[in-house]
Amino acid sequence: MHRHLKVVEDGEPFAFSEDNAAEVKRILAKYPPARKRSAVLPLLHLAQRQNGGWVSRQVIEHIAGMLDLPPIKVLEVATFYTMFNLKPIGRYHVQVCGTTPCWLRGSDEVFRACRDMGLEKGRTTDDGLFHLSEVECLGACVNAPVVQIDDDYYEDLDYERMKAILEAFRRGETPKPGPQVDRQFAAPEGGPTTLKEHVK
Amino acid sequence: MPKLTVNGKEVEVPAGATVLQACEAAGEEIPRFCYHERLSIAGNCRMCLVEMEKSPKPIASCAMPAADGMVIRTDTETVKKAREGVLEFLLINHPLDCPICDQGGECDLQDETMGYGRGASRYAENKRAVTEKYMGPLIKTVMTRCIHCTRCIRFLQDVAGVPELGAIYRGEKMQITSYLESALTSELQGNVIDLCPVGALTSAPYSFHGRPWELRKVETVDVMDALGSNIRVDARGMEVMRVLPRLHEDVNEEWISDKTRFAYDGLKERRLDRPWVRRNGRLEEASWEEAFEAIAEGLKGINGDEIAGVVGDLNELEGMYAFREWLKTLGCTRVEGRQDGTRLEPGVRAGYLMNSGIAGIERADALLLIGSDPRLEAPVFNARIARMVRNGCRVARIGGSSDLTYAVEELGDDAALLTVLLEGKHPFTKVLEKAEHPALILGQGALMRADGAAIWAAARALAEKLGMRVAEKAGGSEEDAGEPAWNGFNVLHTAAARVGALDLGLATEGGIAAILEDAREGRLKAVFLLGADEFDTSAFANVFTVYVGTHGDEGVRHADVILPAAAYTEKHGIYLNTEGRVQWAEPAVPPPGDAREDWTIFRALSDVVGRRLPFDDRAALLARLGEELPFIAEIDVKPDAEWGEFGRAGDIASGPIPTAVGRFHFTNPIARASRTMAECDAVCHGTSGEATGTNG
Repeated sequence: MHRHLKVVEDGEPFAFSEDNAAEVKRILAKYPPARKRSAVLPLLHLAQRQNGGWVSRQVIEHIAGMLDLPPIKVLEVATFYTMFNLKPIGRYHVQVCGTTPCWLRGSDEVFRACRDMGLEKGRTTDDGLFHLSEVECLGACVNAPVVQIDDDYYEDLDYERMKAILEAFRRGETPKPGPQVDRQFAAPEGGPTTLKEHVK
Repeated sequence: MPKLTVNGKEVEVPAGATVLQACEAAGEEIPRFCYHERLSIAGNCRMCLVEMEKSPKPIASCAMPAADGMVIRTDTETVKKAREGVLEFLLINHPLDCPICDQGGECDLQDETMGYGRGASRYAENKRAVTEKYMGPLIKTVMTRCIHCTRCIRFLQDVAGVPELGAIYRGEKMQITSYLESALTSELQGNVIDLCPVGALTSAPYSFHGRPWELRKVETVDVMDALGSNIRVDARGMEVMRVLPRLHEDVNEEWISDKTRFAYDGLKERRLDRPWVRRNGRLEEASWEEAFEAIAEGLKGINGDEIAGVVGDLNELEGMYAFREWLKTLGCTRVEGRQDGTRLEPGVRAGYLMNSGIAGIERADALLLIGSDPRLEAPVFNARIARMVRNGCRVARIGGSSDLTYAVEELGDDAALLTVLLEGKHPFTKVLEKAEHPALILGQGALMRADGAAIWAAARALAEKLGMRVAEKAGGSEEDAGEPAWNGFNVLHTAAARVGALDLGLATEGGIAAILEDAREGRLKAVFLLGADEFDTSAFANVFTVYVGTHGDEGVRHADVILPAAAYTEKHGIYLNTEGRVQWAEPAVPPPGDAREDWTIFRALSDVVGRRLPFDDRAALLARLGEELPFIAEIDVKPDAEWGEFGRAGDIASGPIPTAVGRFHFTNPIARASRTMAECDAVCHGTSGEATGTNG
């Protein structure tokens, strides 16, 4: 059943911070005044960042007011893109890729690690630290399985590594993003295997 | 002018036409759901797929511009399979609940499935389901049936100018809704019911009340505003079941306002269905004979000059004519047809008509609204102005600053601005001067002021000065030759009866105010109200009052005799709209109880009181009426009225302009009796809510 949309109210009215207000100006300058509605996507993105990772009713109405748009038009955009969260999200947004390449390379194990750490799909943990989502392809299949935590990719994961990452976050540390095995970006594990003579 | 071949037939279509229009020009029927002539193109239903030579796959004909040399086929196996495929996909998630769906029998999806479908589905999985959405008291939603054509969204955006609907989520999860399910506020929202090709948006007041094949369909005209929208009244037995729009390009296109569409339940409430006579201070039921005797009794010893008649807003020409003629036999010539107090006067017709025409006004490139709120006074007309604004017309307004759904340059709420404009001291004068087709719309709000006649004259002077009136352009450039004359002086009326009343000369010195004054002072002994309900009748408390009309509304408050008359859906009638277009109304149902057509009442009454009127049937009446107003024979033609002198020169006092239509849903006795209109008004003005006791 596709149910009514519930847009969550924020306790306080939304307004862009001083720094972001300058950014808003910069974004709006990109579009002709008559086409300023084009700025709805970058503004929503900026607002979501400022608002702790989610878009509240206040955010939608604030942006609608800024762009002279009916609020429904902003809501359309905010609901179309799954990257906008319409309810409060934990401190860390853990997005596990479950699309075929990651799945073949063991994303089920990554999910198991999340479960064992108390994360549930579509839920925020009770301590407000993690929110787990299953997402479609993150575009880093060569390093599958992949997890995006906030802005960073954690790659080449398995059960143990995923657990270690979550534990590190829980301790308040920020683990090193990127491949979790011995390789640079998408280069072969253990170092280059070809064109070695060019490596000084 | 691209030339293309459709199924071997060569057609030429105007530049900018689509392949779909070219196919139609070639006589081919193209099934469609999302495409609509009057809306922007979406191209999302894929039902209009056709084959184009050199294209590897079928094309959506509604979104493909027609180009020279295209070879289109609509009768191939590929096209047939494409249509079957699209329909099969559309039906995957469609509930097929036609037996309990109000759209059944007039459903595009039903018809096209019959015409182009496979006949069976290969889909065995669960269907998707969507919760209903609240859109206000007029539109009932069953969103599971929605096929996401987005016509409703585009209508509210493109035509109504109030983009309140949108599609949230995407793909299979897409849902049509208003923002957080708030009620729609457009006065044209009912049209999305007609536009919806399936049963997702249906009429809430009509829900589960009837099937299209049970209804008697009568083509007639609307009286809720002065536009004269063409409507179809669907009736069953004695009851009007619903009102739908009829296509008339020059009047309402294919839209009608919500009042036109939904006020019909007011035809069944508070109706006067038998005569009433006041005896010992109480109204008692009576027969027609008793009522007529009571009138004869009441008029005893009263001179003709102590009598007055007032005509209401919804009356047809015949009734007003018979009313005037009968009062004349009593020696009474004081018949007032301007119950709202407008200062318009009979005489020069061009002075009180919309001279450029409802459709013709689209030629205007600069428009001045003087004390008019077209959104409330004529919502369908307002949609036309909105389109003009989108096409580059500049609109400015003197008067209130309500939201008209488009950009308006608000000059200020001060009638004296008109003098400033006239003297050329206002920047907008320049805009009007430079415009090729400048126009103004004079609203009843401005004309209702005490200095209304001066405003009327100033508007005429402005029209003359700024070249709003151009006779046939002669000796101009080649392109101008033959261009029809332009008259940009327009009066927007609010009452369907007003133009007819002015044509019949129903205007008296001092107007309605003088009648009320004389009634209070005791100079007036008897008053006859023909459906007149829009003013405070307490002045008639001690005057012998006869009310002839349809509803127990303001007019019957102090009535001594009440005669029941037929409403607009129950009688033949000639109505002249705000541009002077003559249109005929036809009865869809008989009048309730003992009620009669207005002119027959005065004919019968004339046997008892006054002198016998010289017509026994409608034809005889029309023959006499035609002698007085020969133009009524020209049916459905926008007249070109002669220009002349009108208005009274005088000073225009500085001050705000009153609004002619305060509460859109309550402008006449039918609408005030309608529960649907009351619900809409409550939603509009936020007066709905919980109450204890028997509230409704």
